[in-house]
Amino acid sequence: MKKESANAAVIKRLRKNKTAMFGLFIFTLLALSAIFAPLLSPYGYATLDMKHAFQGPSAAHWFGTDDLGRDIFTRILYGGRYSLTIGIISVSFALVVGVVIGTIAGYFGGRADNLIMRFLDIFQSIPGLILTIAISAALGSGFDKTILALSISRIPSFARVLRASIMRVREQEYLEAAESIRCGKFRIIMKYVLPNSLAPLIVEATMGVANTVLTAASLSYIGLGVQPPTPEWGAMLSGAKGYIRDYSYMLTFPGLFIAITVLCLNMLGDGLRDALDPRLKN
Amino acid sequence: MTKYILKRLLWMVPVILGVTVVIFFIMHFVPGDPAVIILGTEASQAELQAKREQLGLAQPFVIQLGNYMKQVFLHFDFGNSYITNNSITKELLGRLPRTALVGFISIVLMLLVGIPLGITAAVHQNGLGDRICMVIALIGVSVPSFWLGLLLVITFSLRLGWLPASGIGGLQYYVLPCIASAFGGIAGLARQSRSSMLEVIRSDYVVTARAKGLSERKVIYGHALPNALIPIITVAGSHLAHIFGGSVVIENVFSIPGIGSYMVQAVNNRDYTVVTGSVIFLAVVFSLVMLLVDVVYAFVDPRIKAQYTSGSRKKKGAGT
Repeated sequence: MKKESANAAVIKRLRKNKTAMFGLFIFTLLALSAIFAPLLSPYGYATLDMKHAFQGPSAAHWFGTDDLGRDIFTRILYGGRYSLTIGIISVSFALVVGVVIGTIAGYFGGRADNLIMRFLDIFQSIPGLILTIAISAALGSGFDKTILALSISRIPSFARVLRASIMRVREQEYLEAAESIRCGKFRIIMKYVLPNSLAPLIVEATMGVANTVLTAASLSYIGLGVQPPTPEWGAMLSGAKGYIRDYSYMLTFPGLFIAITVLCLNMLGDGLRDALDPRLKN
Repeated sequence: MTKYILKRLLWMVPVILGVTVVIFFIMHFVPGDPAVIILGTEASQAELQAKREQLGLAQPFVIQLGNYMKQVFLHFDFGNSYITNNSITKELLGRLPRTALVGFISIVLMLLVGIPLGITAAVHQNGLGDRICMVIALIGVSVPSFWLGLLLVITFSLRLGWLPASGIGGLQYYVLPCIASAFGGIAGLARQSRSSMLEVIRSDYVVTARAKGLSERKVIYGHALPNALIPIITVAGSHLAHIFGGSVVIENVFSIPGIGSYMVQAVNNRDYTVVTGSVIFLAVVFSLVMLLVDVVYAFVDPRIKAQYTSGSRKKKGAGT
């Protein structure tokens, strides 16, 4: 019962936070427009129309057309499917693995913890983007491989955050109580440890989606990751960089959508953090 | 303190060895045969086999790894590029100053602009300036650095013609790359500085400091800031990682022949000895910088210092 009310209080605080709700609203809008892209635009995302190439923004083409006459607005809508999916799936995958590793390290401690943490130290001494590039160099480019590369490099930070939070929970009396009545380890973890230590991880994951969207775009921009002609936002920027001198609008809009997506997620993440830890807010 | 630094420095050794093993392992499973990359698809089987022997690729993985480690850590030699056959160590050292310059200026900008901005915002909490700063900072952490770089090029190079768009040369070539690479860090640090200042500013000792009639300046910089600095340094560390990683993309945007662009070029050419070498090299430099951060951390956080003066065992905090 108590857990329910605590969660309800968090949601209530979150709903009062206008910035977070605004972020969530825009993010939902972006996701919906990616899902319903075919209904929102009369053009196909891969339809070539050389007669209308390089047209600036107009009533017919809101964001203009690219070097092959493809409608940029349409491509951005469809591109949202790739960028958002990459962000959400790779964070979810990293979360699952991160939770397992973090729980083992944080709850069982001792030698396992030491081993895991030293191993994570190794991964964390390589800057995130560099590690992602190395992994995706090994895996090759493409949508699914990019997701895998991005999620592998995000696992260490998730595991660390959860471990730290579990170590705080481990000292609590209710765990001692559960252990003293010989409650199974797995049950203790699932029922008492995880629900009480997930909060920082939820915030980290929300920000993680934002960061992954950024990293994925950077990867595609430098020619790794998702490849053109796939309308992923970073790949669109990569394809447009040759036209920066004369057709700079081609570079403006995809980047703007990356920024808006990340901004929404950051707003939501900020709100979640404040809602989960009201002490920080005033 | 010296003991702490020495310990951290020693700890770097297994970490770097670990990085080498991990990266070598990852690169070992890259699809494609280096012999084919070097000789082309036209080469005969015998020629390919001879090349593999020469590169030591016919040996088992562990032996290859051992040889590579020996070469890297005893002779400081990352081997030669598959494509150009140039020494990778030489190339990396030749490119380091450019990458380091952008990195260094970005870090300095981040610290010198981000922290004071956050403090000022916190002191004038909820004022107009604070609100504007925080909106800009929120946008700042959300904008991709390479896209910001492109926008800067469009505005300041192509439209206004004030600064060069790409390449290297005088310091003016580094203005836009440094701004693009530092902006996210400045914004992130401003946000963190503001929130940790706000937490500290309400504490009793700050009230006491005010009550005993200290000037506002002394209260903020003498009493509040030192205590607010600890989380700020943690966040600064994570932004350092971003600046390091971001150098790859920034160098690509501004066509700076640094280590990042060397690495990306190598990935695209499937020149994997170069990729392995660059990643290890960057990890070493990055670890050294992070060591510096940890030392600063120890200076600021008396708890860490106390651990070492009392001679107790090193135990890293759970919060990292």
